[in-house]
Amino acid sequence: MTDVTRPGRPAAGSLLYNRTARAIVYQVVLIATVIAVGWWLVDNTLTNLRQQDIATGFGFLTNRQAGFAISESVIPYNETDTYLRAFIVGLLNTIKVALLGIVLATLLGTVIGIARLSPNWLLRKLSTAYIETIRNIPVLLQLIFWYTILTETLPRPQQALQAFDSVFLSNRGLFLPAPVDALGWWLALLGLLLSIPAVIWFRRVARAHQDRTGEAWPTGLISVGIVVGLGVLGWLAGGAPAAFTSPELQGFNFRGGARVSPEFLALLIGLTLYTAAFIAEIVRSGILAVSHGQTEAAMALGFGRGLTLRLIILPQALRVIVPPMTSQYLNLTKNSSLAIAIGYPDLVSTMNTSLNQTGQAIECIAIAMSVYLAVSLGISLFMNWYNARIALRER
Amino acid sequence: MAHDLHRIADAWHLCYARIKVGRSNKPAATCNRDFSEGSTSMKHSKLIAAALAAVGAMSGSTAFAGADLDAIKARGNLICGVNTGLAGFSIPDSQGEWTGLDVDVCRAVAAAIFGDANAVSFVPLSAQQRFTALQSGEVDILSRNTTWTLTRDVSLGIVFTGVTYYDGQGFMVPAELGVSSARELDGATVCVQSGTTTELNLADWFRGQGMTFEPVVIESFDESKTAFFNGRCDVYTTDASGLASIRAIDAPNPDDYVILPELISKEPLGPAVRQGDPQFFNIVKWVVFALIEAEEYGVTSQNVDEMKGSDNPNIQRLLGTAPGMGELLGLPDDWAARAIAAVGNYGEIFDRNVGPGTPLNLQRGLNALWKDGGIMYAPPIR
Repeated sequence: MTDVTRPGRPAAGSLLYNRTARAIVYQVVLIATVIAVGWWLVDNTLTNLRQQDIATGFGFLTNRQAGFAISESVIPYNETDTYLRAFIVGLLNTIKVALLGIVLATLLGTVIGIARLSPNWLLRKLSTAYIETIRNIPVLLQLIFWYTILTETLPRPQQALQAFDSVFLSNRGLFLPAPVDALGWWLALLGLLLSIPAVIWFRRVARAHQDRTGEAWPTGLISVGIVVGLGVLGWLAGGAPAAFTSPELQGFNFRGGARVSPEFLALLIGLTLYTAAFIAEIVRSGILAVSHGQTEAAMALGFGRGLTLRLIILPQALRVIVPPMTSQYLNLTKNSSLAIAIGYPDLVSTMNTSLNQTGQAIECIAIAMSVYLAVSLGISLFMNWYNARIALRER
Repeated sequence: MAHDLHRIADAWHLCYARIKVGRSNKPAATCNRDFSEGSTSMKHSKLIAAALAAVGAMSGSTAFAGADLDAIKARGNLICGVNTGLAGFSIPDSQGEWTGLDVDVCRAVAAAIFGDANAVSFVPLSAQQRFTALQSGEVDILSRNTTWTLTRDVSLGIVFTGVTYYDGQGFMVPAELGVSSARELDGATVCVQSGTTTELNLADWFRGQGMTFEPVVIESFDESKTAFFNGRCDVYTTDASGLASIRAIDAPNPDDYVILPELISKEPLGPAVRQGDPQFFNIVKWVVFALIEAEEYGVTSQNVDEMKGSDNPNIQRLLGTAPGMGELLGLPDDWAARAIAAVGNYGEIFDRNVGPGTPLNLQRGLNALWKDGGIMYAPPIR
């Protein structure tokens, strides 16, 4: 670029020709426009709502009773609680199904993805058939399919299918014996939680030991031992409670024990199977992306098949797998909003009911959208952190 | 999916543009069809419609006094929001013509304004969509078995014009359960449609009785009925008239289901309009009163022309032979006569749609005229 000053134009030193100055001006104009448009929208909305005498504001969240019942909840809830609490119940239900779905879909998807590369012809074809069928049918239809199967084919509670005298399956859900609330169970849970840092610490020590001496400890076995041991220790410390409540048929339904509702089951099965099909393909592509030379080199060094997969292939495949996996996790979380079609009380469902009872559509939809945004961003942040951790470090 | 979303969004933009320019070009029924027809993303499209309607409130112009009536007159027809399918109240017949008590109320209003009971287009709405559809101007009048409550009347920007059916919430159970009273329902699983007063009464009543229940709340009316008939729930609950309709029309075999005697709430059902146009509000209110008054004075769709020669001053004012009433409403003097000729008086509407002899087989009960032991009572037309 040559700097030529033409007659009749401002001098080259003028602000108009200063690239930085121009860039700043553009950005200021852009931001001002965005703010102005946003302000206009909000102001216009409020004005219109006021003129139409439609109630506005978020006051209903805390000062009005929700008044409607919710069939399942992670935290205690009844109709006299506020709308805010109803929203939280819905949110926790969403998180519950999303977390379980993510874990199960990852496990199933990984198995199927590896099966697709198996030397076994039948296994390979079966997993291909699974993937091609499941991922090409809309997930909403699959949810309705599973829900109909569960509610239509299972018997009424009076004729429930029964196993071990205390597990019952009917169209009211799956009923299981549950431990009676006692200190020991909570301490056992605490033990399990503490075992996570304990295992991480042990693995570091084992690694350091191997680096120093070349001797490999059986880390897998010992890790399992730590987890089980700490859990049992907690249980014993709490007085080893052994009381269980078993579900019993009383009147219309089973009482006592733990219950998994047909709505939750249908949603979990549907989301897991659907997402697993996509995850399988991601896992397969990740494994295929690792050059075959790596396998051959590992074999030449004397690694077995299992060790090769675990130490050579998977760590490299993960770099390819993690970014697309993140979007599958996000998809699963967002797809859980389809729960409304089959009556699972998730965030959208409670939002929808509140919206109808209060008539405050804009507030309710805004809350639901921001909560989904926050949950999704949370998942993204975590996955990005993990991705950065496993990324190739160039030295 | 993405394609669907775009299609819906485009359709909505078109509709919205129409609504904005005086709501005059095309019936909004077309708009509604654009949203709801087609496909797998039905559930989503409802939500999207609600969301878009909410956005609509962000930039729409507001109604001024008389604006709604002017728009209706300019358009040449009335747009009436009705139930998606509740036999006896609003359901299309085998020819695709909408029939039912709620439908006839809209036809009566159309006849009063235009002299033509067919100058009305019907927009089927779910329980979720109904208020947003009315607020955003997608429909002029909501006549959709909707309960009049304080919250709805004062905080939604709408007003109820009166009561066309006095109802109460009841319970329906399979006969094989052997239940004879709602007080035996402790621990039962109850199917209920979301976003209704029913859902709230249910929770109140069970709590008041010290009983527990498990709700199964499904958004779609059809899906919730299916869940009940599949045995997912022991009980279905809604307004007693709705139960009669579901039992008569949707049940595989009506005799396999019984409606329990208890009614647990007051459910006055009636039409609602947007706030902001008192003239249109008055027309809807007084057309309904005129239908009730017509039954009281024995004016029917058959004899309305003869009755115009009646000496009774009440009938003369009602039918416009003694002039003045129509002018006050901004309508021709024969406004009520046109409505009665088109759909009959209240008793005829009731008998034709839900009364004994129809599959619903409902007694007049509370809905009988005040002089016959009911509470249907119209203020005098004078």
